[in-house]
Order: sequence, then C-alpha cells, then structure tokens
Amino acid sequence: MSTVVNIERLGVSFATDAGAVKAVDDVSLKVERGEVLAIVGESGSGKTVTAKTILGLLPETATTNGAVILSNKAGTSESDVISLSKKQLRAVRGTDVAMVFQEPSSALNPVYTVGWQIIEGLRAHTSISTKDARAKAIEILGRVGIPDPEHRVDHYPHQFSGGQKQRIVIAMALVLDPGLIVADEPTTALDVTVQAEILDLLRRCRDEFGMGIVLITHNMGVVADLADRVAVMYQGKVVEEADAKTLFASPKADYTKALLAAVPYVGTGTASAIERAAKRPADWLEQAPVVEASGLEIVYPGRFGKPGFQAVGGVDFVIRPGEVLGLVGESGSGKTTIGRAIAGLTKVTGGSLRVLGHEMNGVREREFRPLRSRIGFVFQDPASSFNPLLTIAECVAEPLVIHGRASNPAAARKRVDELLEAVQLPKAYGDRYPHELSGGQRQRASLARSLALEPELLIADEPTSALDVSVQARVLELFAELQREFGFASLFISHDLAVVDILADRIAVLYRGSLVEEGTGAEVLGAPKDPYTQRLLASLPVPDPVAQAERREELRRLREAV
Amino acid sequence: MSTDTVIQPPRRRLRDRLPVVHQLRQSVGLQRGMLVAGLVLTGLFVLVAIFAPLIAPFGFAQLRDLEGPFGSQQPPSADHLFGTTVGGYDVLSRVLWGAQTALYVIVIAVILSLFAGVLLGLVSGYFGGWLDRVLVVVCDAIYAFPSLLLAIVMAIVISGGQSNLWGGVFAAAISITVVFIPQYFRVIRAETVRIKAEAYVESAKVLGASNGRVMFRHVLRNATRTLPLIFTLNASEAILTLAGLGFLGFGIEPTAAAEWGYDLNKALSDVSSGIWWTALYPGLAIVLVVLGITLVGESLNDLADPRLRGRRRVAQASGTVAETSVVPGGTLTAGPGGLGGLEDGESFDEHGIGVRS
Repeated sequence: MSTVVNIERLGVSFATDAGAVKAVDDVSLKVERGEVLAIVGESGSGKTVTAKTILGLLPETATTNGAVILSNKAGTSESDVISLSKKQLRAVRGTDVAMVFQEPSSALNPVYTVGWQIIEGLRAHTSISTKDARAKAIEILGRVGIPDPEHRVDHYPHQFSGGQKQRIVIAMALVLDPGLIVADEPTTALDVTVQAEILDLLRRCRDEFGMGIVLITHNMGVVADLADRVAVMYQGKVVEEADAKTLFASPKADYTKALLAAVPYVGTGTASAIERAAKRPADWLEQAPVVEASGLEIVYPGRFGKPGFQAVGGVDFVIRPGEVLGLVGESGSGKTTIGRAIAGLTKVTGGSLRVLGHEMNGVREREFRPLRSRIGFVFQDPASSFNPLLTIAECVAEPLVIHGRASNPAAARKRVDELLEAVQLPKAYGDRYPHELSGGQRQRASLARSLALEPELLIADEPTSALDVSVQARVLELFAELQREFGFASLFISHDLAVVDILADRIAVLYRGSLVEEGTGAEVLGAPKDPYTQRLLASLPVPDPVAQAERREELRRLREAV
Repeated sequence: MSTDTVIQPPRRRLRDRLPVVHQLRQSVGLQRGMLVAGLVLTGLFVLVAIFAPLIAPFGFAQLRDLEGPFGSQQPPSADHLFGTTVGGYDVLSRVLWGAQTALYVIVIAVILSLFAGVLLGLVSGYFGGWLDRVLVVVCDAIYAFPSLLLAIVMAIVISGGQSNLWGGVFAAAISITVVFIPQYFRVIRAETVRIKAEAYVESAKVLGASNGRVMFRHVLRNATRTLPLIFTLNASEAILTLAGLGFLGFGIEPTAAAEWGYDLNKALSDVSSGIWWTALYPGLAIVLVVLGITLVGESLNDLADPRLRGRRRVAQASGTVAETSVVPGGTLTAGPGGLGGLEDGESFDEHGIGVRS
C-alpha cells in the first residue's frame, strides 16, 4: 500500500472580526490507498477545515502552516498542497484528489445536463474528444448505478432523485480516477434508506477503484459502516486515532467515550415506555384524546390548472392526554405537514382532524387563536426560531404577553426565570441574545418558550436534528424529564428511529403520506410487520462495526426480497 | 447544571452599536480609507449647510453691498473669492447657501419616501394577495418612467414649476419621493417575504400573536438592515435629481434660495466665452457631495457583507481554538460553535463566542 495523502502538523487559523481563531491545531493524519479514513467530531471541531485543506479550498481569510503531501494515484509524483500556486492546484484537483459535497442538489448546476457537467471535468484536465468524453461519462454513470445511463446522461439534475444526484456527484469525482476522494458529510442530506445505498457505493469505490477516501461525518453509525480507520477530532486537535473496530470496542480518550455514549440506540426506550404505561390511570383509554385524526387528507394547491400535491392522505391516529406519539418517516413523507396542520399552520383539506376538541377542517384563525395557548411548538432549527433582535427572556416572555398573562416582557421576568431554570439554563442567560447561545442552549430556550403557557399538547418538529450527538442526548433527556413533570401530550416528529424510540410511547411510521405502521416501540421496532418499516430499520447504521456488518447482510437480503 | 457559574457577557459599548461608528471601527485598509473619505466629505457638506449663514460672506440673493453692486461675471478676486455670476451674485456665497437647500431636500425626500415606502412594503409583503399585486404593478409602472421626467411632472403639478424656498424645496422633495418610494417598497417587501417564512415568525404565529404584533415586533425590525445603504445611495441621487430639476428650470427661484443646478444652468453660456468660475464651483460642489455620500453608502454595503469585508491577515496559526460543545448539553461558556457561527456577520460580535485570543 502507498500513502495517498500525508498531513503533517497542519495548523489553520482564520481572521475574523474578533481577531484570529484557530480551527485546526497541529493535526497529523495519513491515508493509504484503498483505505477509508473517517474524521469524526462535532461542529466546529475542525474536521471540514482539515478536509478542505487537502483540496486547497480554504477561503482567503485563512492562514495555514504544516504540510499536506499529496501523491497521485500511481505514486509517481508528490506535491505539497499548501505551497502550490493556484494553477498547480487546479491541475491537482480532480486528477489527484476529488471532493464529494454534502448537499447533492446544490453541488450540481441546474442549467446543464449531468453529462455536460461530467464532461466539463474531463476536458478541463485531458485533451479528450467530445465523443470519447461522452462515452466515458456514460460508462461512469453506469458504474455508480444510474440505470439506463445512455439515455439519462442528457437529463438535468432536477430529473434525478436525491440519492441519484449524490451518485452523480460521486461519478464526477470518480471520472478522472483520482487517488483520493474527500467526502464531506456525503449522506447527511439523505434519508436513511438512501444513505445505506450511497455508503455501499462508496465502499465499492474503495474496493473496485482502489481509492483512498477521507470521510467527514458526525454520524457514528456511518463511521461504523464504512470506515477502516477513525480519527476523532475535538477543538481542532486529533484526540484519538485507531482502526474502527478498536475504537468502537475500546475507546481510549474520554471525549471518544462520551461521544459514543451519547449515540442513541434503537431499543433503549422500550423499558421506560412500559414503565410509563403502567403508571396510567385505569380509565385512560376512555379519556377524550387530545388529537384525533381520521382519514386526514392534506393537499397543497397546484398552480393554475395543475392538480394539487397530496402531502398526506387517509391518515388515522390519536394522541391521548400525557402520551408521546413518535412520528417517523423520510423527507417528503408528510410528517412535518401533519405537525403543522395540528398547529394550524397548514390547512386541512379533507377528512377530520380534531385538536383539543376543535375540528381543524375548515377552522378559522379567529376561532383557533384562543386554543393556541394550549399548544406548544418546538421548531427544527433553533438558530432561526428566535427573533435575533430580542433577548432570550423577551422571546420566552412572548407567549405570556400575547395571551395576556403579563403586560410586558419585564413583568413576565419572574416566570421566565422559572422556565429557564426548568430547562436547566442559568437565569442570567435571559439577558443574552439568541446568537450568544450554542445550538443546544437555544433549543432548550425554545423548549422553555413552548412550555411557558403549560400547554396540554406539544408538537416537536425534529427538535434535535440540527444538534450534535452529545447535545442531542442532553436535550432528549431534558425533554423526557419535562414531559414527566408537566405531563403534556406530545407529537414528536423525527426521521431518526433511535431518537423517537427513546421518547415515544407509541410510534407511527409514515411513508409517502400514508401511515404504514403504528404501535408501541417494542412492536414497531422489535417486530416490524410492514416491509417499509423493516427496510427503514435495517438501513439505520448502528455504531458498532461488527454488528453493522451483520445488518448490512440483513439489508441486502431484504432488498433482494423486494 | 444550574449550579454552573455564569459569566455575564458585558453589554456592547455604545460606540460599537452605533451604525456608522461600528463599521468605521470594524473596517481596515482601502475600505477604511473609502469610508473615512466619504464621511469627511459628507460631514463637511452637513457642516457647511448648517453654518452657511455664518460662513458665507454674502447672502444668496445679494447683488450689492455698501460699496455698490458686485458687477456681473467678475473674475475671482479678494472681494469675491470665486467671482460673480452673470446675474451679479457672489459665486462662493451661492455655493455655500446651496448646500443648505440641498440638505433640506435630501432630508425631506428621504424621510417621506422612507416612511411611505417601508410601510407599504411591509403591508404588501406580509399580507400578499391582491393588494400586493396592485402595489407591485404600480411600482413597476413608476420604474418604467424616466425618473427625471417624473420629477419634472411632479414639480409642475405641485408648484407650477417655480416658487419660493419651502414651496420649491417641497416640490423637489416630493417629486424625488415619488421616484424613491418604489425602491424602499421593493427592498422592504422582498425582506418581508423572506422573513415571513423564517421560523421565528412562524413561532410567533403559533403562539397566537396578532398580525400587527408579528409585523412590527418580529418582521419590521429584522427587515430594515439594508435601509442605511439605500438611504445613502438615494441621498446622492436626490442631489442629482434636484440639480437636474434646477438645471432644467424647474427648481427654485434665485431670490428664494441658492440652488446649484440653477446656477449651472445660468453658467451655460459663460463656458463658451471663457468664464470658467461660474460653472466650476457649483459643479464641483455637486460632484463632491455625491461622491462623499456614495462612498459612505458603498463602504457600508461592503462592510455589511462578511464576504466582502476585508480583515487583517492573522499570524501563522495564531489564535485559540473556539470551544465546541463536548460536555453533554453543551459548555455553558461557549457561544455558537463552529466556523459557521464565526463567519456569520450579523450574529457575531466580540462576546458572541468563547474566543479568548
């Protein structure tokens, strides 16, 4: 084996308005041919900056020291990326090292065909004829698993699905046969089932094309699935480096241990759900449900003359007082639409949806407004769900002021302080602005705001998907604690089965706008009946390389059965 | 967790929060030079406008002093530093007094168009529907007219073309306002449409906030970020429009106020006969004021965008590493983690992040 890239004592600093900030500090890493090195860490740990340095993609505000020695695939030449001129960098990019980006839909230019975009890369580096280049583009599309490549080569990016787009991005990286691929969170924007396919493809890149891959990710499951060696980064430094099996079996650094402990597993929530179920009063089943949907249908209107888009069709479910219903599904399955319909943000177009005894089909905002004080809503992205110009205390006081419990934010301060304490934020944080808090802190403040009026129903729309794993674990714990304390019913929306499992009493699985399976956590996750749920569950990578290898076999079997 | 000690971030000092002062402190190199030059020119203009009665040697409509008439088209001399015009006015005094008229017009025009444009844009963008469509079409229609032509029509409608000081100032200001309202309208409407979809506006709606509260508390304050830029750029355009009106003879009577455009018009015939001072100084005044205000506007524009903002290069791998959340639940002393948080211009200030360099 030969070394494709050798990073030696790399340091990167950025000039910011507040002076110098160091992003990467004394990092040394090596990638061999045919090896996948995973760099894991939380946001801000410097993993993406390290990867971008390999391609010389850092912005002008960055200064670097150390060396990044890049070899070509044949191992005949070496170059230090840091000292290359712009022209030399262009020659190296694509031929020696290529990049796969996080968001496939923005990495492709929408106004050119995918074939054109692949050929552009080819012709920039080699003097190949248009005809040969096209043949090569078709060949590479076939190899990354795009069906009917002769025909699809002339299609535009929007004509492909998200997973296919990521395949095309990988094809663009592969076409010049580089020795190294840098994949920056290649599956984060994709659904679990698609993620499994892309990981398979990357594995084939390594085995069939003999490439070195640098995989940047925060998902320990993905690491367990694909990586040969793992480097854990924390605060710009590599805190631990080991081969995948050793790292998962016996982590050495404290940080790695904490990181692994924070990863949610499927099956951890069953015990607590049973415990909660046992505590319920005998007449619980007869109590009026908080939310009751029967034959719920939501259609988004189409443009002139075109039929509307049916986001949700014929969904039935109930949420009883004090119960947490977990709603799971892929993007586009309609789970967020259902949450928004319950909060009155999206119109119900058919069937019946009763929220706190009110029919939502044809409801008017004026009638619904008094009800809003009984419903809380936690948004997905804590960064954007706070008005950036108001302090945290003012934001949390908003619901109190709006519903007349306090005349102004200052008068509500005592209650706000109580709420902040309830979500374990120090009182003094009330005087800070949202941008002065970290993601996890903001999401806790968001919880405080939604609980300000002690609602009977809390809708949480992917509340932890924008957070790092360790922060996510803490927020989920807090959510469970608050739920015990306040006793609200909740609709917990997530794409992550393991997260839902921790919290939910019952789990509903949504697929293309209809409910395919519903039951307790033990039922749905322990013995899934619907083939879609089975596939979803098998696609979820577990943070354990040995177990994950078995699951991979299981998934292959399931796919062949379909 | 609640036992953690909290370090209260100090409030930002006043000088960091004032719009222009903050940018001045933030800027470096060429951008700073541009901003400083613009601020000096603009400041000079405002000072001259305010103190014109004290600085100017003569009144703007003064034709004679104790020693008799000034005489027309006199070259620059000790008595008349910039010479006299064909009508026998002192050029220096007219130029200084002209600053005052220009300032009046800018202030009135910008304030009027600011209020009308912002309010219309907010309502139109927030509620949408037929009102939005009608307003957008009307604004597009106004865009379709040459702005000077529109200003001329308005000047004729309002004052019949000629009038006294305030009549003339208002006529000019209102005609400029009509041209500018669509610009403010467009910007605020676009921002409102964007902000309307932000999660914090939805969250206010979910809480049951009324439309008025959402509009003024959550949308308006977040939509006004770009206003200082249009504000400065429009101010320079207002001067050009005023000068254009005056040049074409729709401005203010020379006896009512001094006006650069009018003086330029009267200097037209002088140029061919070698009398340079009557045209040079009013023209120079217009150029310098427009240049100054435009420089301020353009530098504010560049500084507001973190990607365009210049920074000092940092030493090799200096600085400390920003803390990221490690402790379950996140460290309490750190700000938003990651370089995303650092590079985001608005959400970042000296205390936003746990950086100690």
